[in-house]
Parts: sequence; structure tokens; C-alpha cells
Amino acid sequence: MLTIEALDKVYKTGTFGTSDLHAVRKVSLDVQRGEVVSLIGESGSGKSTIGKMVLHLLDSTGGSITFDGRDVTRLGFRARRDYYRKVQGVFQDPFSSFNPIFKVDRTFETLRRSYFPRVSGAAWREKLEEALGAVSLEPGDTLGKFPHQLSGGQLQRLLIARALLLDIELLVADEIISMLDASTRIDVLNLLGELKGRGLGILFVTHDLSLGNYVSDRVVILYKGRVVERGATAAVFDDPLHPYTRDLLASVPHLDRTWEEVEAEESARSARLAGRCLYHEALAAQGRALGDEVAAGNTPADDVGLVEHAPGHFVGCFRKAADEECPAGV
Amino acid sequence: MSLSVTDLRVHYRTLRGDVKALDGVTFEVADGEIMGIAGESGCGKTTLGKALIRLDTRMKHAGGTVALDGEKLPIADDGAMRRHRYREVSLIPQYAMSAMNPTRKIGRMIRDLLAAHNVRYADVLPELERRLKLVGLDIDVLKRYPIELSGGMKQRVVLVLSTLLNPSLLIGDEVTSALDVSSQKAVARALVEFRDHGFVRSMIVITHDISVLFQVADTILVMYAGHLAEKAPARTIIDEPLHPYTKMLIGALPKVGDRYEEQQLEGIEGRPPSLLDPPAGCRFRARCPLAHDRCAEAPPFREVAEGHQVACWAVS
Repeated sequence: MLTIEALDKVYKTGTFGTSDLHAVRKVSLDVQRGEVVSLIGESGSGKSTIGKMVLHLLDSTGGSITFDGRDVTRLGFRARRDYYRKVQGVFQDPFSSFNPIFKVDRTFETLRRSYFPRVSGAAWREKLEEALGAVSLEPGDTLGKFPHQLSGGQLQRLLIARALLLDIELLVADEIISMLDASTRIDVLNLLGELKGRGLGILFVTHDLSLGNYVSDRVVILYKGRVVERGATAAVFDDPLHPYTRDLLASVPHLDRTWEEVEAEESARSARLAGRCLYHEALAAQGRALGDEVAAGNTPADDVGLVEHAPGHFVGCFRKAADEECPAGV
Repeated sequence: MSLSVTDLRVHYRTLRGDVKALDGVTFEVADGEIMGIAGESGCGKTTLGKALIRLDTRMKHAGGTVALDGEKLPIADDGAMRRHRYREVSLIPQYAMSAMNPTRKIGRMIRDLLAAHNVRYADVLPELERRLKLVGLDIDVLKRYPIELSGGMKQRVVLVLSTLLNPSLLIGDEVTSALDVSSQKAVARALVEFRDHGFVRSMIVITHDISVLFQVADTILVMYAGHLAEKAPARTIIDEPLHPYTKMLIGALPKVGDRYEEQQLEGIEGRPPSLLDPPAGCRFRARCPLAHDRCAEAPPFREVAEGHQVACWAVS
């Protein structure tokens, strides 16, 4: 449904935009209906930037974003409005998504004014209650209240309800549960799982691996704007290949294993993969050297391609940052 | 006995009345113990940390005592606390790394801080450099401005500078939050190392992230709405919690490997009560599946096994 091809984003930084910051480098991924795809990365990995480009809050520098076969990389004002009927986003801080001066109902009223001006009051009310029911909120408990009277989890679910009012097909969820307490966090995650069951595609942006793992079907691991590994959730988490993914998984605080135990497991895999690069090995196995690739124009010159290591499990060159050397010395 | 807190009550003065953020907590932290405090936002964990070092103008000491190494801390008397602060009790407040003076180099900032406590910078410099190296920082950071350091580096600088005078007790409030997992691990490791080297005798680590506590803490104290719910060794809290709140809280945390399709976890219905006028008895009563008539009376926080204390009538 959503396909991103070789997406690039360069921010101008410094005085008068004199230096470039390559935030997203040739990222390709796709999200299908009824599927949760997690974008996992640390700060500065470009995960939010990708989410914002999909939502058209930022312009992309290169590459394309297609939605149902239609290129949506550059949209005019009108076309964008139609696009937002199908694609909506929910962000990290629910408190700053609402205007604290007004009751939460206003968020729904603005939506009604711009998208459903001809719907009657009674029909709208019914629609609204249905959407609130879908996120398991009691209309009596939440409508007519000010944001400070509601909990973070309730506000976050109101925002999801707002997105659902539009019959959306894709939801971009950017760190939507990082600000919530542990006891309400899981409710929002379960809600995402339920929405997925109803055919919604979800791009779930997160830095927390255990949350990404819980709800997603596929994961994309980003490091400094580059996709280093992607594949089915179980494949990536059970058999992480890229050094960055392995580091990340070894650093996550687990609830059932101490860091020492995780490191002991990890060291065996590290020893097996030390000084190797599965990306270049796979290229060599296909009888091609990287130089040929670039010359033939198949691979981008900055070498951000991925190879399919196992069915559905892709991994990139074992360098960490784009300007580092490949550990295999290719 | 390093720290012993008895029936401590700290209230916040507001226009609508007193918010009873800390309503009678009693616990002890042993020598060399790293105690983690976990709980949801608004449960009083930060208030507890702050109460041990300085009550700000909104906070009111409504009762109870705090004793450190057998000596009573005058927590309500700001002037008298000055003698203990930093030397005996040190706090790393929330967002400490963002609170560094941006116009001062790190070294200069540490010098100012030490001067405020009548300690000469030159005297502690060798030790300072040794500790910076211990946490994996170059001594050149002293010549840098805070903006030149990453979040994890800043947090490690804060850790080093707040323990420079070997306090008896260090309180770290959300020291690993807002960091990437790799820096989080480095900072958490540094905390344990500082205790092992004896730079601090015991430690209280406050965080909402229980998985971090499981990695660093010896014991975990779970708080709920200004009361204590349970205290036990870290592994016991994770594997065999007794208090219904702890059980539900741990049950709501996805482990790496848990999947929505295979095993659906459940959150906790409802919200914590308002602390402006909290209900009598057990505060978890309204959300508790085991609640019965007796819960209208506040359960005592008592020891049910060696080192395992619980406040619940249903646990015997």
C-alpha cells in the first residue's frame, strides 16, 4: 500500500544553511494493509524524519513515496487534503497535540468542519461515538473535558479516534507510547494490534525494541539515516546479523535476563561474524564486486543497498556509519 | 544502617488544599544497597527523592523522620541541611544533564560547585580525572562546553561531579531516561561501578523503567499514590511479586520476545486516585481485583519473607 523508494532527506544546517546533514539515506520500505511495520532506531537515526515525510510535514530531497500506486511525493494543497483522509499521524506528546485552552471536543469539531461539513449533528455524534468505542473510551468520560482532566493514555486514544473518523488506511504512529505510564502503555499497543486486525496499515516509529517487537510484523532497523537490517520481526530479533542490530539488542535492558547473560549469548554470534560482512559476501557469491555494481549503475554509489540473507531478511553492509570502513575490508 | 526513613509525610501546598504526595512512607536502605524506586507518574517517587535533600517552597514537611548513618537529617530546615547536602546526601535531579550552565566549561562549572562547598578544586582534581577515566571519558571534557558533549557523556559527567565528595547516599532521579539504549547501558553500569568502588555507600535510583532497575538495583521499592506497595530483591519483584499492583504492573510490560498475536498483555483499568483528597484505606482498592471490605483500612507495610515487605491484606 505504502511504498518508499530510495528516500533521501538532507537538512541544511549551520549559518545560512552552509552545511548539509544527511538525515535519511536511500531508505526503501513498504507497509501493507493489516500490517504493523516498526521503524526502530536511536536518536538521530532519521526515523521520525521518515514518518514526517510520509505525512507530508517535511519535503523529501530525493526518492519517491507512493500510496496505492500513486506518487504522493509532491502534492498540492487540495490533493494533500484528500491524502490526509487516508493517512494520518499520531505523535509522541499527547498533551501538546491538544490546545489546553479548549475542550478536547474542539479537535473533533475542526476535523468535522474541514472534512464532513455536510454531516448532520446526530449522524456526526453517532460516528464520533463509534470511533471512541473503537478505542475503548466512554464518550461520557472524555467529551466535554479539558486536556488536563484526562490522562496521557486517554488523550492518545482520543487522537487515534480522531484519525479513525477519517476511514484512514495508514496510521503513522511516531513514538506514541513513550510518554505513557507502563500500565496504560499496553492498552494503546493492544489497540494498535486490534486496528491492524481490521486492515489498517501502521508505520510504528519507536526507539524501544521491546515495544516494537510486541506489536509489529516486520521491523526496519535504522542507523544514522541508513537501513542496516530489515525483515520479519522474529527473524531479526532471533538472528540479528548487522553489528549495529546486535549491539542494540545487547544494550536493551531485558526484564528476564541481565546484561551479562545477554552478552554471553551475543559473544558467540559476534565471534562467528567477526571481520565479516554478509552483504559483500553475498555480492561476491553472485560473482560481482562492488565496483562493478556501481559501474553498472545497479547500486547507489554511496553503497546503501541490502542483500537478502534469508527469505525476507535483508541486511546491509556491516559498516556502522556510512563513512566508516567495511569490517571485511572490501 | 545507611538510610532509615520513618513515616515520612511531605505535602504540596496548593490553592485547593494540600496534595498528599508522600503519605507515611517507612523504609530502610542498607549499606552498599542500590534501591530502585518504581511507580507510575504522580506516585510520589520524585517527591521522595527530593524530600531527602531539599524541600522547595511548595513542599511541606508534614511529619516523619529521616536518619542517615544514625544521624537525623533536618530536612525541613533548609539552612541546617546545607551541611549535609552534597557531602553526605547527593541528588542527581531529573534532566540534570540539560541543566548544565551552557556558558561555562565543564571544569569551571565543577570548580564553582566545589567552591560553594568550600572544597579546593586542585585538591580533588587527581581524583576527578581518575573517575572520569573510569566512566570512559577523556579528561579533555573538562575543557569543553556542555553543548560539545552527547547526552550520555553529560549524564556521566553529572554522575562523577555529584559523587566527588564520596557521599553516603546518592539519589539518581531518572538518570537513564531520555538516553539511547547504548548510553543508557553505559550510565547504568557506571552507577553500579561507583557503588562497587565505594564512591557512594548506597544509592536510590528512581525511574519509571523497571527493566533498567532490574539490571542495576539490588532491591526495588514499588510506590503507588503516595504509599509504598512492595519492597523486595529485584529478581523477586520481577519473578514473584506479591502485591496485586506490582503483579499487574509487571504483567503490563512486554518482554523482548512477547508478541501481540501469541500472548496479549493487559494494562491496568482506571487511574490512580487524586492525592488532594485521597480515599482512606488501600489506595489501589478501586483498581484492585482482590479488593474486599477490609481494604477500607490501610494495610500495614510489613515483612512477609526475608527482605520482602508488602502492604496488602490479601498477602499473608
